[in-house]
Amino acid sequence: MTTFALPIPKRPTHPTGILNWITTIDHKKIGVLYGVTAFILFLTGGIEALLIRMQLAAPGMDFVSPEIYNQLFTMHGTTMIFLAIMPMGAAFFNYLIPLQIGARDVAFPRLNAFSYWTFLAGAIMLKSSWFLGGAPNAGWFGYAPITEIAYNPGHGIDFWILSLQVLGIASLAAAFNFIVTIINLRAPGMTLMRLPVFTWMTLITSILLVLAFPVITVALIELMFDRFYGMNFFNPVRGGNPVLWQHLFWVFGHPEVYILILPAMGLVSEIIPTFSKKPLFGYPVVIFSGIVIGFMGWMVWSHHMFTVGLGAVANSIFAITTMLIAVPTGVKIFNWIATMWKGSIDFNKTAMLYSIGFIFLFIIGGLSGVMHSSAASDAQQQDTYFIVAHIHYVLFGGAIMALLGGVYFYFPKITGKLMDESLGKINFWLTFIGMNLTFFPMHFSGMDGMPRRIYTYTSEMGWDLWNLISTFGVFIMGAGILIFVLNIVYSYLRGKESGNDPWDARTIEWAIPSPTPEYNFKKIPLIHSVDAFWEFKRNGTPIEPASGASENSEDEKNIHLPQPSYWPMVVSIGIMLAAYGMIFGLPISILGTIIGFIGVYAWSLEPVNEPEQH
Amino acid sequence: MKTENIKHEENEHSYTGLNSKKLLMWAFLGSDCMFFAALIATYLVNMGNNPPGTPFPEDVFSIPITTVSTFVLLMSSMSMVLSYASLSQNKIKAFRVWLLSTVILGATFVGFQIFEFYEFSHHEVKVECGDLIDASKREKLTDLQVKIGDEKCIEGVKKVSEKVPLTPQVNLFGSTFFTLTGFHGGHVTFGIIWLLSLLIYSFKGNVSPLNLDLAALYWHFVDVVWIVIFTVVYLFGVFPGY
Ligand code: HEM
Ligand SMILES: [Cu+2]
Repeated sequence: MTTFALPIPKRPTHPTGILNWITTIDHKKIGVLYGVTAFILFLTGGIEALLIRMQLAAPGMDFVSPEIYNQLFTMHGTTMIFLAIMPMGAAFFNYLIPLQIGARDVAFPRLNAFSYWTFLAGAIMLKSSWFLGGAPNAGWFGYAPITEIAYNPGHGIDFWILSLQVLGIASLAAAFNFIVTIINLRAPGMTLMRLPVFTWMTLITSILLVLAFPVITVALIELMFDRFYGMNFFNPVRGGNPVLWQHLFWVFGHPEVYILILPAMGLVSEIIPTFSKKPLFGYPVVIFSGIVIGFMGWMVWSHHMFTVGLGAVANSIFAITTMLIAVPTGVKIFNWIATMWKGSIDFNKTAMLYSIGFIFLFIIGGLSGVMHSSAASDAQQQDTYFIVAHIHYVLFGGAIMALLGGVYFYFPKITGKLMDESLGKINFWLTFIGMNLTFFPMHFSGMDGMPRRIYTYTSEMGWDLWNLISTFGVFIMGAGILIFVLNIVYSYLRGKESGNDPWDARTIEWAIPSPTPEYNFKKIPLIHSVDAFWEFKRNGTPIEPASGASENSEDEKNIHLPQPSYWPMVVSIGIMLAAYGMIFGLPISILGTIIGFIGVYAWSLEPVNEPEQH
Repeated sequence: MKTENIKHEENEHSYTGLNSKKLLMWAFLGSDCMFFAALIATYLVNMGNNPPGTPFPEDVFSIPITTVSTFVLLMSSMSMVLSYASLSQNKIKAFRVWLLSTVILGATFVGFQIFEFYEFSHHEVKVECGDLIDASKREKLTDLQVKIGDEKCIEGVKKVSEKVPLTPQVNLFGSTFFTLTGFHGGHVTFGIIWLLSLLIYSFKGNVSPLNLDLAALYWHFVDVVWIVIFTVVYLFGVFPGY
């Protein structure tokens, strides 16, 4: 075979220090990068929320200016959804999926690194808008025509559009990767109905991502063309159709809320059986209801548009589908409760507290959801704080609670150390109480007619008390989150050794050493059942290596892992520059495109492994 | 031993027996389907919402010309198939010839599209002033012709012609049309670059049938999308109501 010398730098073989993190294609390190980055961004989104609540603490406040206020709530929503919850989910996908399916890595390790760096590029881009002339200010769903250039001439919306496009590339790349990984890289014997629930939920989430993201991509492209090139998509003055934006956005937006919650449901489905010492009640039903949610998530988008005036027929149909989608959601809740029923529940574990907290809060959020699934009732609630209460019960009470619980649960797997349970309990209770203090009163202020996204209000409206309590609650919640940070740092430095299987857990990721060795499994296991590790511990069903698999070897030196690579990050930098150039001038875009192209070619031409040097 | 390691990188093993890269491609195509679906939906929603006096589809489209370019694109799919068949039989020369023909046919299609874009923006509106008076003939004129005619056909003038460019800015039809077909053309162009890269690489290294297969999948998909666009945008545009 003719080999062909290319002017491509060698793949780094044994990078150390920062280069190690920059070039890594190990799914575990990428998972940690995702987690840490997303958590930092979560804190920035939290600061934005704190400023919003300060402004609303009392009537007639002037804590921030109205302009800044609009930017704050837009950035808060966009940050929390795209830069905090989604990537925190991605952190767990990355770390856990290969471990749960018994693989050495994801299907495309370099693509995986590319997803992370592109996510970081999008995050930097969005957040940098604060310092480059003002953040976006039209709400996280950016309804047209307020986003059109005529009404919003600054660069804020441009940053919003372009960074969401970059983040979309990152999410899509990751979703493709996980679909292929889960379908193709399963260990022998791991049939679909033996997959851990978290892996199943990841699969459904990834499929939703793959189908939902292109829709918002198109909407954003059209908006971008309106703004940059004077086209007419959403400009009513020229015959454009602003309602089309709402349709496109929510066709993406509703599947998106399931993209946010399904990973959380997956984590909870791992934690609750473990600490109840019982198998998950109705495993196939949990999976099936997840699939049904994945399908039905596409049929309900217009419940965000009940007050647009689509007509009685459309409103009735979407009201019915919305009520129906509450069924598979409710089924899951009964499954979790039935799992705990008569189990020996360990209330002393923070991860379990978080999971129970999740169920409790998610039920409240689900109930308010069912309340505004009735179009008539929603007419009173649309765009009030009642909706704000709903979304925070499902997103904070649901997604964030489960993700924090997931951190407590998997910290030992990642670091080999236990998180401190006493700090954990303080953390949980402060967060739980603070969360309820903040968001429960919003049901009342909303019912009393307080609209979302108003800068301030007067005392006659009678919203003073509820707002004051909400603002007070934020500080308690914030204290809870600070203790979480403290706990992470403390446990990382001083935590007790956890051993391999501190929770007496059920799935195979706990069968291997903690922290996970670089190659994950010395021998690729052979799976005989759901909860294979539990079966092994209780009934002695072995997880013996797949016979004859060439990947298996006694000696870890013979396990070949792909080498690190520079190019994923280079391509991401190219994409970031190309996006910045759309705002700051064509030359930057061209430079970015060239860098991107070089990166792609080098990526596809570089050897899999540098020849061994002796 | 070495060569075996090389195969390992991104596809250690496959549970289903499907190749991982191919599965990735299918997932991408599923995603791309939604991308074009959203663009086409935009086109359909906006169809007919143009201010009178701006170019409409029937004013600018020339079905015969676009039929030719559609045919060219379909032929490129055929040469793609032939190229793949040759490669899998290890007939390297034939593979290169067919691959090059695919590239040329694809480029011809893009050329047609550039020509079309250029033509549309220099599109001329002609009106026979007599037709404006005869009610049955007047009915057959487009809004644009009527508007221009009514403005210009003062006494003594018999024929009016005016350049009314179709631009992305002039109306919704312009915006949606150029965006939709532009992105399709972008996809074809990307495919051409991809195929050319494979062609060049085939002189330096070995193009595996799998690598060509991935590009071919993409290429065929882009062709199929064009069939939909041709039907929905061009044919429905010129023969509304069908
Ligand atoms: C029991 C199932 C649920 C039902 C019936 C439901 C129903 C609804 C309805 C009707 C709205 C529109 C309210 C309005 O704007 O007037 C809404 C808004 C929303 N829901 Fe749900 N929901 C459910 C579960 C969820 C879940 C699980 C999530 C996310 C994890 C979620 C996140 C949201 C968000 C983010 C919004 C507000 C978007 C916005 O206007 O900013 N919902 N929900
Ligand atoms: Cu929804």
